[in-house]
Amino acid sequence: MTLRDQIKQVIDDEPVAIFMKGTPERPACGNSMRALQALYQAGAPITAVDILPDPQIRQELSALTDWPTIPQVFVKGELIGGADITEELFASGDLGRKLDEALGEDRAQVVKTVAVR
Amino acid sequence: MAIDTIRSLLTEAFPDGSVEVIDRTGGGDHFHVTVASSAFDGMTLVEQHRLVNRALAEPLADGTIHELRITTKGIA
Repeated sequence: MTLRDQIKQVIDDEPVAIFMKGTPERPACGNSMRALQALYQAGAPITAVDILPDPQIRQELSALTDWPTIPQVFVKGELIGGADITEELFASGDLGRKLDEALGEDRAQVVKTVAVR
Repeated sequence: MAIDTIRSLLTEAFPDGSVEVIDRTGGGDHFHVTVASSAFDGMTLVEQHRLVNRALAEPLADGTIHELRITTKGIA
């Protein structure tokens, strides 16, 4: 499978995916941290992909999504935004509503990290 | 100065709007841009941010902007 297919698979298959710098245990960038915090607080399950191990991950991701910056957050395959939008959606309550709608209200908050490379 | 380039790119892309650019760290590469424009009316936040990212594609791609925060508002 090509790298792009692997990225696509994570986006499509994971309920909530975040492509970030570092991991949930060790975020390597303030913006990745901000997006994660919003997801945690909204009770989202989180599947994280660290884009730092290979610069190609970011290149392929941005080419796929037409979104230049990191982090990128997806709910059920749909790009919901980067750190600013994720924070904004959390603050307005829209993130919680979106998650309830997409995943149900009694979702489990599992946090995991997957590698695409 | 990067901040002037960013301001003029955004003013060009959103001629009817108001544009504010802040150098967040004073280091000349971490910016927070706030744009209010009727171009955003009826758009989702993702679409609104896409427009801003597109206007700033060059400084984003060449590393002039190391980190970008975006706040967008419609006018309606």
